[in-house]
Amino acid sequence: MNDFAHIGRSVQRKEGRAKVTGAASFTDDLRIEGLLHGATVRSRVPRGRITGIHFEEGFPWAEFVIVTARDIPGKNAVAHLMLDQPCLADGVVNHAEEPIVLLAHPDPLRVQDARERVRVDVEPLPAVLGIEESLRCDPVIWGQDNIFKTILIAKGDPEAAAALGHLRLDATYHTGAQEHVYIEPNAIIGEASAGGVLVRGSMQCPYYVHHALHELFQLPLEKVRVVQVETGGGFGGKEDYPSMLACHAALLSWKAGGRPVKIAYDREEDMACTTKRHPSRTRIRSAFAADGTLLSLDVEFLLDGGAYMTLSPVVLSRGALHASGPYRCPDLRIRARALATNTPPHGAFRGFGAPQSLFAIERHMDEAAQRLGLDPADLRRKNLLCTGDAMATGQIMRDEVDLVALMDRALTEIRYAEKRAAYPVLNATDDPVKRGVGFSVFMHGGGFTGSGETMLNSVAALEGTAEGQVRVLAASTEMGQGANTVFAQVAAEALQAPVDLIVVAPPDTGLVPNSGPTVASRTTQVVGKLVLDAGLAMRKTLLEAGLLQDGDVGTAIRTYVARHGALRTESRYQKPDFVEWDDATYRGDAYATYAWACYAADLRVDLVSYETQVADFVAVQEVGRVLNPTLAAGQIEGGVAQGIGWGLNEEVIWRQGSMANHQMSNYLIATAADLPRIRVFFEERPYAYGPGGAKGLGELPMDGPAPALLNAVQHALQVVPRQVPMTPEVLMDLVEGG
Amino acid sequence: MSSPKILLKLTVNGESRQALVHPMARLLDVIREDLGLTGTKEGCGEGECGACSVILDGSLVNACLIPAIQVQGASLRTVEGLAGTDLSPLQEAFLHHGGAQCGFCTPGMLVAGTHLLEMEAVHDEAGAREGLAGNLCRCTGYVKIVDALLAAGEGRP
Repeated sequence: MNDFAHIGRSVQRKEGRAKVTGAASFTDDLRIEGLLHGATVRSRVPRGRITGIHFEEGFPWAEFVIVTARDIPGKNAVAHLMLDQPCLADGVVNHAEEPIVLLAHPDPLRVQDARERVRVDVEPLPAVLGIEESLRCDPVIWGQDNIFKTILIAKGDPEAAAALGHLRLDATYHTGAQEHVYIEPNAIIGEASAGGVLVRGSMQCPYYVHHALHELFQLPLEKVRVVQVETGGGFGGKEDYPSMLACHAALLSWKAGGRPVKIAYDREEDMACTTKRHPSRTRIRSAFAADGTLLSLDVEFLLDGGAYMTLSPVVLSRGALHASGPYRCPDLRIRARALATNTPPHGAFRGFGAPQSLFAIERHMDEAAQRLGLDPADLRRKNLLCTGDAMATGQIMRDEVDLVALMDRALTEIRYAEKRAAYPVLNATDDPVKRGVGFSVFMHGGGFTGSGETMLNSVAALEGTAEGQVRVLAASTEMGQGANTVFAQVAAEALQAPVDLIVVAPPDTGLVPNSGPTVASRTTQVVGKLVLDAGLAMRKTLLEAGLLQDGDVGTAIRTYVARHGALRTESRYQKPDFVEWDDATYRGDAYATYAWACYAADLRVDLVSYETQVADFVAVQEVGRVLNPTLAAGQIEGGVAQGIGWGLNEEVIWRQGSMANHQMSNYLIATAADLPRIRVFFEERPYAYGPGGAKGLGELPMDGPAPALLNAVQHALQVVPRQVPMTPEVLMDLVEGG
Repeated sequence: MSSPKILLKLTVNGESRQALVHPMARLLDVIREDLGLTGTKEGCGEGECGACSVILDGSLVNACLIPAIQVQGASLRTVEGLAGTDLSPLQEAFLHHGGAQCGFCTPGMLVAGTHLLEMEAVHDEAGAREGLAGNLCRCTGYVKIVDALLAAGEGRP
């Protein structure tokens, strides 16, 4: 089965020993001489004019470092796609919790105390606090029309096709914000002076932070250095936000003459102020033939982007590209818009727009099945994409995957047919606990959208050391997902060396090339391939030098480095030949490949308390070759748990544009006792352009749970749920007609 | 925090330690800042997440909720005290089963799991899940943590 020495094996996590002994040092664990502690004064209103900043009289402000917008040496912006988001509000505020003043002091308690003694006067302005208000432009708060980005994907003639439909269905779906709840809150340490800027901290994308600091300070690129420290979970929450935090810490240090400044958020500040998953509204108008054939789709997909653009256009793009699900549909239109509101900017979160649009289409399919009198599985059997079919953008599906077989495997594992028949009978009794079984079929594109990978132009390198080790040099970060281990496996495979010979260098922009951000399920699939190719190049170099006769790679490297002074190979991204994409028309290969899945859930609903309990959960997926079965299953299990949370329990409660329940005690994530054993199955079909045949899989498991669970609610209660989270309160209203 | 500091004497992972601290300082800060043991983490500061789990005189507690004055003379075990010259069976099981991902909840999970094993409170999967319910993890979905605890409980890898 496996011709590989390391690929496909559950090699233990590289940094595992440090993590189980408590030796692993996260940002807040670093002990630094002369450290100052930073704190942030924020807006309490969602929109307004700043009329004054007052520092309490008689307080010893001379002890403190104080920074406002006026102290910024370069551009007052946190650079993402645009420069519309200020680093510190100047004159106006556009969302609650927007940073206005920064403070630092050697004593962390003193600085928290001081924060309460700064008063910012803000004259409130009318605010836009949701998608509907933003659409009405009442008032306009961003650009000409509150729209960050519009995308249109069109194929055929959906109106004409719909006219022939036996069933025409028009339904609107809503999804709420979701907080990442990485267990390590955001933390960054900055040092900045005319000599340069050094930032260390918890982050996913060192070069994003590097770019933001470069813009803020207007220093030469080589004078900015960013180092990722052990990172306690990210899930997208440490993709864009650390740029803001890095700018703040570095500004305080700049003002303090270069002394190091740490800003470590506590949980409340982290939850209230950092990014969340974009809330969405999706309207689907569909037409089906009497036999269930999907004739047309007209999808309007809207995202609440918050007050500034940040990454919303890209999140919108991925959402739009997944909006028609894994279905054949000759006539369709997908219209997508990301809208401005006066809430803290929504940002990257595992799935990146796809969970929102896939939730809508996968719920819609079950509604359509019910209206057509078909089993949801039979409706999908008619419409699932097959290899060679055209997708929404005209992309021809190349992946050799049998989606019907994938679905049937999940349905067999969950005992779907039996439960589908038996539960309605059980549910007719007096037992207040009702049972339902539901599933979803979906895909997730691996890597950046469209021409994104080509534009990233990523590079990874390997370096032989004088001691005969190999260092992987990449900006891709380990945040729990297993990048260190997978890179080591892939490099060892290419070099035909033991995994222990490989060490992964810390992602330090002073040391590693830019292998791109650690996002978009791209680290294994795209950067892993660069590591593999750099490994093959290094092996070739050693062979050509005549150093591999006795087969000991470590000795060969030691000898080579002793003779030549250095040994370094690198690899740059090259797109697979077949990939063609037109960003202007949204036609072509949206992603080089996709991971495919069917998730099935067995759900209990207690009609006394309206509590839900997931009794069984099956996750079947095709992700190319699995490089490390333990790590891969761990990613799926964790993603499913987050997806279950988004579907059933995790509700961000907004009050005047601010998260009201910004604590772990009132924003509830699942405990071990709340979840079933998530059962994970892989179909392995090697992908020709991935390392050892691997595809990306990190985001996939976020997409499927919510629709599978709500489809089970429909089966259990004969209601039509169209929103997540489906909390007990929402469910009660749905059942009792409140 | 204007009250005078107290000399706190503790046994930490079998060693006598002392620190001059505010009586109302959080045990978590004493452990991390005064004793320099940063393996114990702060995830929420309100006793919800369990990242600061330690064993205090044989009881499992959240160190963020305990004032220093309450632990005078106590015996404390943290993640740094779990391994001898070798890793403990539970630490080994975490490595083998993939129980640690980002690693931030891991010290608290290991301390809680060690306590459950020592109380002989792990008999089956449901018990393991109930026993770990005071410790939040956002990476794993708990399957591999539960597997590691069950394996260690049965004395298998």
